[in-house]
Amino acid sequence: MKEKNIIIPDHEVAISTKDMAVYYGEKKALHETRLSFPKYRITALIGASGSAKSTFLRSLNRMNDKVARVTGEINFEGININSSKVNVNELRRRIGMVFQQPNPFAKSIYDNITYALKYQGIKDKQTLDQIVEESLRGAALWDEVKDNLDKSALALSGGQQQRLCIARAIAVKPEILLLDEPASALDPISTAKLEETLMKLRENYTMIMVTHNMQQAARTSDYTAFFHLGEVYEYDHTSNIFQNPQVELTLNYVEGRFG
Amino acid sequence: MDAKKVDRIAKRVIQTMVLMIVVLLVLILGYILVTGLSQTKLDFIFKISKAAQAGGGIRDQLFNSLYLLVLALLISVPLSLGAGIYLAEYAPDNWFTRMLKTLIEILSSLPSIVVGLFAYLVLVIKFQIGFSIIAGAMALTFFNLPLLTSNIENAFRNLPDSQREAGLALGLSQWKMIKGILLPRIVPSIITAVILSSGRIFGEAAALIYTSGQSAPILNYANWNPFSPDSPLNIMRPAETLAVHIWKLNSEGLTPDADAISAAASAVLIIVVLLFNISAHYFGEKLEQKLTAKR
Repeated sequence: MKEKNIIIPDHEVAISTKDMAVYYGEKKALHETRLSFPKYRITALIGASGSAKSTFLRSLNRMNDKVARVTGEINFEGININSSKVNVNELRRRIGMVFQQPNPFAKSIYDNITYALKYQGIKDKQTLDQIVEESLRGAALWDEVKDNLDKSALALSGGQQQRLCIARAIAVKPEILLLDEPASALDPISTAKLEETLMKLRENYTMIMVTHNMQQAARTSDYTAFFHLGEVYEYDHTSNIFQNPQVELTLNYVEGRFG
Repeated sequence: MDAKKVDRIAKRVIQTMVLMIVVLLVLILGYILVTGLSQTKLDFIFKISKAAQAGGGIRDQLFNSLYLLVLALLISVPLSLGAGIYLAEYAPDNWFTRMLKTLIEILSSLPSIVVGLFAYLVLVIKFQIGFSIIAGAMALTFFNLPLLTSNIENAFRNLPDSQREAGLALGLSQWKMIKGILLPRIVPSIITAVILSSGRIFGEAAALIYTSGQSAPILNYANWNPFSPDSPLNIMRPAETLAVHIWKLNSEGLTPDADAISAAASAVLIIVVLLFNISAHYFGEKLEQKLTAKR
């Protein structure tokens, strides 16, 4: 078996890292990574707790700015976005994020989606209505909430809240969606619904998803990266990772020998 | 003794303590209201006060108290909102921020008479503002600020980080995130802080004796010109408040019915505070509902 196996997908790349490492203070939490994420595909990041998957993910849209030091390059649309010159707000609009715990705003369902849009200068009621409907349909939530758009988002169930967060994220029309264990707080039925939603969104969005659920990674993703103690050991087609891993650590992990 | 028994005893003890507090409160409130309202006709609210004769009222003092409250809140709420937001959301965690917080705590524990004398020396004498309602409002701002600021700061700190992340991840700027997502959620805390400080403002006498003064020029409520000396809106006029009036009647009052008037004025003071609290809660809830779609 190999020590490491990291492929470069033969597919148009949406975002990639080059020698990207992350430090918390003096401690190096993530060793240099070189990963390319293909456009309109779902890539799963797997690995045990503490393997720095989330740290990696959150660095991609600069959510780690205040808590950690990120070195190296993150290339997106031809520029290195890990630079102080980049407009982080605009960057985060284009690289959206869905979090582990559903975190809707304490606002109506409608306002949850439109608040960021209004900030971007979209004021026309008709346009807003249209985007709200599109995003809720995209997140497979429209049919459940279309008659209650002015209801508080906090009154929705956990699964609905998480789909609302996805709708909210896609409403600002990002190119990439980062998902940080999006189903970990959901029951199996909500999880199935969420996965179905992600599969559909794949047509228009590049997605990178951290998950602890191996079946979920196998079911939904096209590519998978395996993280272990702050290092990426293997990155390949999901089928290879689960059926024919090249690295012993990966094999042990996917077979459940540690985790 | 078994655990169940201990549990029952503890519960009884706690219940007794609560009961004692409730009884005490009811007795005090009942005493003030009954003695206050039984001795005077209620129309004394609409009469002007008299220095040396019986039958005076508290019309202008009551108005002054309310006007002073509005002025003090107008100054202190925006200031403390800014300071609270800065401390909770922007300030780096370093020695300077910690020093700032310590200073705020010290400010909140200053005796009100010290604050009053300080405002008297600086505002009334040094800046020659004279005994005026605005000097009183500024003195009250001094000890309103720490309470309001730390309440608002804590309210922001208690909000989960997930809300901040959710906003920032959508590409909102820090300020837009604070204003649109965090601020609506702390409206109830702001209302509570305002209510607490308004109770203090209504009841404050020591800090006002030397700032807004002990005289109440007779006001002409038809005169809305804020520069005219007998206009109720004028902020440069001396303005004895209800609490100061009660203190004065009891300490150096020449009015024959001083006891009756001060008792009745105390009752009115309590009722006004109560009304203010109820309406602040009501409007706060309405505002929160509007901002957060809560029902």
